[in-house]
Amino acid sequence: MEKEKKKDLIFSLAVIAFVFVAVVVLENILPRTSMLFTVLKKGSIYALVAVSMNLLNGFTGLFSLGQAGFMLLGAYTYAVFTIPVSQRAAVYQYFDGGIIQFSLPVFVAIILAGLVAAFFAYLIGLPVLKLKSDYLAIATLGFAEIIRALFQWDKLGGLTNGSNLLRRFPVFKSSVFPLAVSGICIAVIVMLINSTYGRAFKAIRDDEVAAEAMGINLAHHKRMAFTISSFFAGISGALLAMFQTTVQAAQFKSAMTYEILLIVVIGGIGSVSGSVISSFLFIACSEWWLRFLDNADTYIGAFHVPLLRPGFRKVVFSVVIMAIVLLYQRGIMGDSEISVAGIRKKLAARKAAAAEKKVSK
Amino acid sequence: MGFFQTNLPYLLAGISTGGQYALIAIGYTMVYGILRLINFAHGDVFMCAALMVIYSSSYLPLYISIPIAIVATGLLGFAIERVAYKPLRTAPRMSAMISAIGMSYLIQNLALYVTGGLTKYYPPVPFISDSIEIFGAMTKRVTVITPFVTLFLIIVLVSIIKYTKIGIAMRAVSRDFETAQLMGVKINSVISATFVIGSLLAAIGSSLFFSNYTGVTPTVGGMPGLKAFVAAVFGGIGSIPGAVIGAFIIGICENLIKGMGLTTFSDAFTFVLLIVVLMFMPTGLFGEKATDKV
Amino acid sequence: MKKTIAILAVLFVSAALVFAGGSSEAKGNKVVKIGVYEPASGDNGAGGKQETLGIQYANSVTPTVNIGGTEYDVQLVIVDNESSNDKAVTAASELVSKGVSLVLGSYGSGVSIAAGDTFASAQVPAIGVTCTNPQVTLGNDWYYRICFLDPFQGTVLANYAKDAFGAKKAYALAKLGDDYSVGLCNYFIKAFESLGGQVVYETFPEGTSDFAAYVANAKKSGCDVFFSPVSIEAAALIIEQANTQGLTMPILAGDTWDSNVVLGAAKGTKVSVSVTTFFVEGSKDPQITAFVDGLKNYLASNATAMTNNGGNDEIAAVTAMGFDAYYTALEALKKAGSTKGADIQKVLPGVTYKGVSGDIAFDANGDAVRTVAYVKSVDNATGKWQFVSVQSVK
Repeated sequence: MEKEKKKDLIFSLAVIAFVFVAVVVLENILPRTSMLFTVLKKGSIYALVAVSMNLLNGFTGLFSLGQAGFMLLGAYTYAVFTIPVSQRAAVYQYFDGGIIQFSLPVFVAIILAGLVAAFFAYLIGLPVLKLKSDYLAIATLGFAEIIRALFQWDKLGGLTNGSNLLRRFPVFKSSVFPLAVSGICIAVIVMLINSTYGRAFKAIRDDEVAAEAMGINLAHHKRMAFTISSFFAGISGALLAMFQTTVQAAQFKSAMTYEILLIVVIGGIGSVSGSVISSFLFIACSEWWLRFLDNADTYIGAFHVPLLRPGFRKVVFSVVIMAIVLLYQRGIMGDSEISVAGIRKKLAARKAAAAEKKVSK
Repeated sequence: MGFFQTNLPYLLAGISTGGQYALIAIGYTMVYGILRLINFAHGDVFMCAALMVIYSSSYLPLYISIPIAIVATGLLGFAIERVAYKPLRTAPRMSAMISAIGMSYLIQNLALYVTGGLTKYYPPVPFISDSIEIFGAMTKRVTVITPFVTLFLIIVLVSIIKYTKIGIAMRAVSRDFETAQLMGVKINSVISATFVIGSLLAAIGSSLFFSNYTGVTPTVGGMPGLKAFVAAVFGGIGSIPGAVIGAFIIGICENLIKGMGLTTFSDAFTFVLLIVVLMFMPTGLFGEKATDKV
Repeated sequence: MKKTIAILAVLFVSAALVFAGGSSEAKGNKVVKIGVYEPASGDNGAGGKQETLGIQYANSVTPTVNIGGTEYDVQLVIVDNESSNDKAVTAASELVSKGVSLVLGSYGSGVSIAAGDTFASAQVPAIGVTCTNPQVTLGNDWYYRICFLDPFQGTVLANYAKDAFGAKKAYALAKLGDDYSVGLCNYFIKAFESLGGQVVYETFPEGTSDFAAYVANAKKSGCDVFFSPVSIEAAALIIEQANTQGLTMPILAGDTWDSNVVLGAAKGTKVSVSVTTFFVEGSKDPQITAFVDGLKNYLASNATAMTNNGGNDEIAAVTAMGFDAYYTALEALKKAGSTKGADIQKVLPGVTYKGVSGDIAFDANGDAVRTVAYVKSVDNATGKWQFVSVQSVK
């Protein structure tokens, strides 16, 4: 058993290494501007935030809709602390260069982005986590909206640049960076889910009263799940800032949270690999594969394809989403996972079945 | 008098938006009362009603196109329930909510496609779109009419719920879904009726709202919808008078806040109010106390 | 089994899409692609469509260009940036991935600022058409523009408010998070205060449709002018509210309001609206009359274009600017003698063109050298623009 585990681990690492090598190779073969890389970058960022939301909604049973707010906190923290001092006068053009006159290294700022989001989550969690299901959802949604308004307030302009864009902070060029950061964060979340804490979370999800009777401290564990999830949402916010090269509070609307929630549900509530797969599919569909539907002058031979014009892509996309929601209620993956061990077991089972067949013949 | 005089325009605007939120909030609160579902698509139904008036009014006179749009909105509500929620009756509540979000997404994108992304303007409705003067404040006549229309419709609705057969069935279903079903209440027709009534009211609210604020964009229903939902929570979800009072409070406070110059927070304030209410009165002003069953 | 079928279906569809995406090469001449980076939906959708219209019309007039001795067909690649800063980057990468030689746009400064780095790192030069915020070109060697800037426009408007209306106190209204209106208000306030005036400044959040309270605030504060250089979607609602509440102070705005949406909203009301802009119809200059007549014919013969223009043939300044931008781009292509972004960027600083909106030349920063703005006001009876004056900064 021990040996097999070790084998699985080595094999998983090999797969991951292969993915990274493949990305590096692709980046050198394909033109830098290919949409594939946009999808890889944005997909990996959304994968992280989707997994962090899944940790709450899928594994702890806390229905929170505050993800966009925590991403906002992360994105702003990262941006505010990394804009080079020489650029601050240009960025904070209406606020005399802003009040912060130093900048932090990128990695420190990314971690700080997570910590700030987690800190706010802790504070918000003290009152709202007492609420149940829909009430919790609407309260966290409300908090996200309040945070958004606060960050647009011009009295805080020295810090947040009011409602204006923050930019000129260091960004990544290669898609390896977001893939690596998201990958590490998701790995940490998976380890957490498989730990004692993770089992406590799942117990709370399945039955709060029973979990409490088993001696699980409800308030403590809920707050912990909420804070940790927000930490990673903050980090993905920082990555999103780097991807977009600019940050503005106005974009972190509740529609963004809904999008993430859709990703989680399409992937399967309670499945980490489902969330990851569906983020890449979702981003690829919305940004890349369906773009041709927006082109009004599409001909197949001499036939002018009707209906196509800007906006049609989104209609088709939302119909597809509704179809998935209605027909595959459990999402792509349900609550199962893709893992090396799982695949091996399946293969072994198939082999055994084949062997049995032979014997019975 | 001085205070009253300076704040009168905000009060008037507040009362009328409050009335319009109230008409939307009733749809939320009734659906939630019966299905325990936050119908996120409700705000978009409100927007659709306006688009229908705009498109039909270019072929038909307003006195025909508005009633047609109101009826069509009722049908839209019925259709949404049949397509998006009925198949999920036995699924976990989360699925229904996602379906609501998906539906809202679909309606918005359809509207975006149909309008081509441009703002459409609501046709001026004779009489109610005219300017009038009240105690020195200028406003549209619809501002004054709205609260009366709202009150009238609520009286009608409350009597329907109290005295008609379908109303009694609605109350039974919202009290206990399974038992009502066992007692022979036709659940599906009750739920459909709820959606139709909610959508009709939203459509009326929409014609009042947009004759005052004429721009219609695909996402215009989002914020009023969310605020109306907050109003419903504030008043105690499931309670119609609660939703109405909540809506008026939110409408008035929001406009007074704008009057104080804190315009950045006019939307956020709604949510502050929501969170405060949830902290201290988790079931809202008129909500029933619920206990967890093991 | 169900799952397998679903997966297969997804794979099949995506494969089909990949092939569908890659098979649209024209025959005959070589093709040079010009990206059109404009909003077609969202807040600035109406304005973006009018600007795109100018570019499309110019393309229909001059569909080819001679680059280094070879005749090229010019193909427009149009994307919608949805007036939203977070969609801006993907829309920009979409253009870049289609291999455009240079980019025109956008209407609205925020999206241009947001996409600036994407164009710069892909080495695709961009020519801003009506993005007036200074930050678009500042510190970005790949972004140029053919319009005037907000510090200039704000000062012009402040002077105009003082000279024409004798205003001492102004009400300024901007949209939260919108670089264009926040920036322009900021420069207006600076200029107006340095002229000895007082300003009440307010902002409204995205998605606002209820402007009653803002108009009431302006009335209450006893201001003399109402300055709101916001998107034209909001403009129509503000004019409507102003009319309802009987607002007597004149409304002033920047180039965005030069649109038939504003004309339609102000027609038949008592609201006075004045704007600064790039272009006025009705000049006797043959180049301008040719443009105006040609565009009106184009609109009359093309129903989609007419709809995009808002349903009538009133010509917006942004359409004229789009027209000029296209020819400026052709000049750049000719001068570079190459379709490579880097070559075009090298020659762009020296490109000049005499357009319908005036002479176009770039300064060291990549901004257009423009010293005058036109002031127009709405004739409430006819719903047409009236030329008021040519305004410059002293």
